[in-house]
Amino acid sequence: MKNRSLVSIEDFSKEEWLKILDLAEEFEKNPKQRILEGNVIATLFFEPSTRTRLSFESAASYLGAKVIGFSDASSSSVKKGESLNDTILTVSNYSDIIVMRHPREGSARYASEVSPVPIINAGDGANQHPSQTLLDLYSIRKTQGRLDNIHITFVGDLKYGRTVHSLVIALCNFNAIFHFVSPPELKLPSYVKRHIKDAKLRYYQYTDLTEAIPKTDILYMTRIQKERFSDPIEYEKVKNAYILRNSMLEEAKESMKVLHPLPRVNEITQDVDANPMAYYFQQAQNGVYVRQAILTSILGVK
Amino acid sequence: MSDLRKELKVSAIENGTVIDHIPAKSLFQVVKILKLNAIPNQILFGNNLQSQKYGTKGIIKVNDKYFEAQELNKIALVAPSATLIVIKDFTVVYKKNVELPKTIKQFVKCVNPNCITNNENIETKFDVHIDEEGQPKLRCNYCEKFTAKDNMVFI
Repeated sequence: MKNRSLVSIEDFSKEEWLKILDLAEEFEKNPKQRILEGNVIATLFFEPSTRTRLSFESAASYLGAKVIGFSDASSSSVKKGESLNDTILTVSNYSDIIVMRHPREGSARYASEVSPVPIINAGDGANQHPSQTLLDLYSIRKTQGRLDNIHITFVGDLKYGRTVHSLVIALCNFNAIFHFVSPPELKLPSYVKRHIKDAKLRYYQYTDLTEAIPKTDILYMTRIQKERFSDPIEYEKVKNAYILRNSMLEEAKESMKVLHPLPRVNEITQDVDANPMAYYFQQAQNGVYVRQAILTSILGVK
Repeated sequence: MSDLRKELKVSAIENGTVIDHIPAKSLFQVVKILKLNAIPNQILFGNNLQSQKYGTKGIIKVNDKYFEAQELNKIALVAPSATLIVIKDFTVVYKKNVELPKTIKQFVKCVNPNCITNNENIETKFDVHIDEEGQPKLRCNYCEKFTAKDNMVFI
């Protein structure tokens, strides 16, 4: 993985994903080691993202690396009309690796073509966000003790949610059984279903959340965004149908965990937070260890 | 229709390239893809000509011009049935069908308005795939979205 860019989850092999997860496990035991001392990591956030940026910066800082960058394009020369090519080439002179988020799809792939230093894609529009997928895999393995043969239920916006698409595609390598709960207008796109069919795996679709819960090992919740609906009446109809309440977890397996890429709005009620099945804040914490594993693998330190 | 009358519809050329069996609706896309509007050579166009195989067809004859195979294969996206005929001294030197290339660069726009190639000065790049109906579709090297045949816009 040394010196390679991570733009799409499929840039790395299944074996490489597992290596990153193993390494993340080591970092979880000992997250503060100064093994990246002397390295400079650039975080270029052309659109704001608190969670992803802070967890990358925290991951780098705990390992002793120096972090430079910007958290908003309006505070960079992009605002003056600088091209992505020029920004990347300039920043690559100042850093050993570039972590970037950009609102345009394909921006990270393009950056990886022009940059002399490796690029880590921290989200390019609605396209890819591979470190999220890896931290989801890490959270699944950690809570279930395995990645294979998991019953995973995805809830909410399955049409536009890039974390859902990437995780489904990744889990096609681990013999998962998929359950999809969404309003009809936000169903999983056919190109993602094609991956499931090609892997000869099973999937089931529901419109009622409670129906899927008893079989589930991992309940992956997502936010339904109002702006996805052309008809506001349709949104009003479905917005309350995909909310997880603590009372709905009575039928769940004891080992089941609830994941959410965050930010949460109202799709998981607060009374779920105290339930031992709620795992979304630990999931966010796992993001630091997984990003430490990604940074050190690409920088060739581990 | 006799062979003689067919010949007369579009006159023969001494040296150059003939692109035959272009679907009539794709003729002007072929002109655009090959940028025939920008070359000084003598060019003859025919369209909506009768074709035994396809009903109607278009034909283009370009005097004193030989294309790179790579260049001509681009038109397979809109005219997979097209035939290339290279002519020297009024004689057919060779004849072949166009072949769909594996990758496409530069001349097609990505259908995704939020793709980086539509927002910065970046050349497009695609892998060519075949859809369920046997039609070509292009996967953007950058945003990873597919551009279907009906959505292809030529730059």
